[in-house]
Amino acid sequence: MTNHTNQRPVIRTEALTRHFTRGKKTVEAVRGLDLEIHQGELVAFLGPNGAGKSTTLRMLTTLIPPTSGTAEVAGHDVVRSRAAVRRSIGYVGQGNAAAFVQRGRDELMSQARAHGIPRAAAKARIDELLSAFDLQEYADRPVQTLSGGQRRRLDIAIGLLNHPEVLFLDEPSTGLDPQNRANLQEQIRRLHEDGTTIVLTTHYLEEADALAGRVIVVDHGVVIADDTASRLKEKLGDLVLLGFGTEADATTAATRAESVLSGPTLIERAGTQVSIRTPRGADSAPALAIDLAAHGTPAIRMEVHSPTLDDVFLDLTGRSLRESADSTTQTEGAAA
Amino acid sequence: MTTLTVPATRVRRTTQPLSKPTGFLTDTWTVLVRELTPKLRQPASMLFAMVQPLVFLGLFAPLLPAVENGSALQWFVPGIVVMTALMGASMTGADLTAEIRSGSHERLLVSPLSRPSLLVGRALKEVVPVLFQAAVILVVVTPFSFDLHLGGVLVGAVIVSLFAIGLGAFSFALATAAKEQDWIFWTVQQMLIFPLLLLSGVLLPLDGAPGWLTFLSDINPMTYVVEAERALFAGEFPADVVISGFVAAAVVAAAGVLVGVRTMERSS
Ligand SMILES: Nc1ncnc2c1ncn2[C@@H]1O[C@H](COP(=O)(O)OP(=O)(O)O)[C@@H](O)[C@H]1O
Ligand SMILES: [Mg+2]
Repeated sequence: MTNHTNQRPVIRTEALTRHFTRGKKTVEAVRGLDLEIHQGELVAFLGPNGAGKSTTLRMLTTLIPPTSGTAEVAGHDVVRSRAAVRRSIGYVGQGNAAAFVQRGRDELMSQARAHGIPRAAAKARIDELLSAFDLQEYADRPVQTLSGGQRRRLDIAIGLLNHPEVLFLDEPSTGLDPQNRANLQEQIRRLHEDGTTIVLTTHYLEEADALAGRVIVVDHGVVIADDTASRLKEKLGDLVLLGFGTEADATTAATRAESVLSGPTLIERAGTQVSIRTPRGADSAPALAIDLAAHGTPAIRMEVHSPTLDDVFLDLTGRSLRESADSTTQTEGAAA
Repeated sequence: MTTLTVPATRVRRTTQPLSKPTGFLTDTWTVLVRELTPKLRQPASMLFAMVQPLVFLGLFAPLLPAVENGSALQWFVPGIVVMTALMGASMTGADLTAEIRSGSHERLLVSPLSRPSLLVGRALKEVVPVLFQAAVILVVVTPFSFDLHLGGVLVGAVIVSLFAIGLGAFSFALATAAKEQDWIFWTVQQMLIFPLLLLSGVLLPLDGAPGWLTFLSDINPMTYVVEAERALFAGEFPADVVISGFVAAAVVAAAGVLVGVRTMERSS
C-alpha cells in the first residue's frame, strides 16, 4: 500500500454540490461530494441513470460551475483556473465529440490545434490514434455516415489526443460491440499502466469490475460506497447454494451451518434449498459440505457465486442497479 | 463511509501532455478553419451562396428610381453588402443547435480554446463568404453605372466585418440560450432581422419617415454602418460618418462578444 498523505491529490473536491432549477423544481444532482483521487488511479463512478455521475464529471471538466463547494483538477481550481484545467484533461462526454458534418480526421486536427499541438506532431498523433481505434478507413468520411460504434471510437480518440494527465470518460462503452468494448478496456488499461489518472462512469457492472481499482457507487447525488471492487464484494460475501434430499435435511443443515460459519452470515431456507451469504464463502464451502455430511445431512448439490457489483448495489440501496437503470433509460436525453 | 487505501501501483507517466497555451488569434483561426472546412469540401453550395445576392440585385436594381445626382446603383450596392452581412451573420448560431444536441459543442467548450475565439471564429465563417459575395457584386456592377473606389471599399469591408462579428456573436448567444429548440432560434432571428433591415434604410431611404420611425432608425446601429458604407463606396471619407459607422460596428461587436461569452458560461 502507498501512503498518499504527503502527496497532493490529482482530483480533490470539497462539498461539491450542483443544483439544477427548471421552473419551480430544483434537482439536487450532486450533493456535497468530498473526494480525493490520486495520480495514477483508475476510478469508476457506478450508479443508475440520474445518479449525478455526468453532472460530477461536467463540474470537474469546467463545463458547468458548481452551485457550491470546490474542486481542483491537476492542481487547478475548476472555477478560477478553467483554462489550465482544460489543458490538463481529456474528456469523452456522453454525446458525440465530432460534428456530423465534419470528417473524423478534420475534427482530430481541429482538436490538436485547439491544444496548440504543432502540425507534424499532430499528424503523427492522429495516425497513432486512428490505428489504435481501428478508424483509418473511416477517418475521411463525414461523421454522419459512421456507425454508432465508429463514432464512439472517434469520440474517445479525440478525448485522448492531447495525452491528458487526467482522463474523464462518461459512459465510454455505450454503443460499442463486445470486441470494441474489449479493445477500449485494453486502451484504458494501457493508459492506466502509464500512470494516467482515469475517471470513468458506467452502469455496466462488468466494466467497473474488470477495469477499475476503485469503485465509487453513487445514488441520488451522494456517494454510498467508495472502495476497491474486490473489497466491496468481499464485504458482502459469497453466495453458497446447497441442495438437500429432503426439507427436513435442509432445515437441520441450515441450523448446523449457522453454528459452524463465522462472520456476518445470512442463511435462508426455501424448500430443499439453503442459501448462505457469507464472507469468503468459496473458501469455507468445501469444509462446510464435509461437516454437513458428517452430521448426517449430506448436500446433494452445491453452487458458489461470488457477488457482482449489482449485488453490492442491491445491498446498499435495496434496489437492483439494472432495474433502476432500465426504469429511467427512456427519459434520459442525449445531452443529459 | 469507508476510508480508502489504494493499491500500490504508482507509476510515473512517461508521456508528457501535448497541450501548449495558445493565443486568441490562433484560437480564432482554429475555429474558423474548422467551420469552413466542411463548406470548402462542398464547393457547389459555396458557389450558390456567391450568386445569391446577384439574383437579389438583378431583380431589385431595375426597380430603382432614377436619381438626379449620381446613380441609384451607387446608392443601393453598399446597402446590399450590409444586408448580405446581416443575413449571413444572423445565421451564425444556426449550425450550433445541431452541435449542442450532438455533443460536439460540449467538446469545444471543454477544450482550451478561448471563449471569445469560439464566438469570433464562428462569426467569421459567415463574414468570409460575405466578403466574397461583396467582391462578386462589385465585379458585376462596376461595368454598369457604378464607380469602384477600392480604398473606400477596403475600409468599408473592415467596418462591415466588425458589425458582422458582433451580429454573429449575438446569434451564437441566441442559439446557446435556445439550447436544443431550433424554433426559438429561428423565431427570434426572423423577428429581429427585418426591423433591423427596414430601419436601416438599406432598401428605401427613410427621408420622409414619421418621427417615431426616424427615432427607431437613429438608434439602429446598422443605420450608421450603412451610411458609412455608402460614403466609402463612393470614394468619400467624411470623418464624422465613417467614424460613426466604425463606432456603431465596434459597439455591436463588443456587446455581442460580451453577451455571447456570458451566455456560454452560464449555459448548463
Ligand atoms: N442541464 C440540466 N438541467 C436540468 N437538470 C439536469 C441537467 N443535467 C442533469 N440534470 C438532472 O440532474 C440529475 C443527475 O443527472 P446526471 O448527472 O446526468 O446523472 P447520470 O449521469 O448519473 O445519469 C438528473 O435528475 C438529471 O435529470
Ligand atoms: Mg450520465
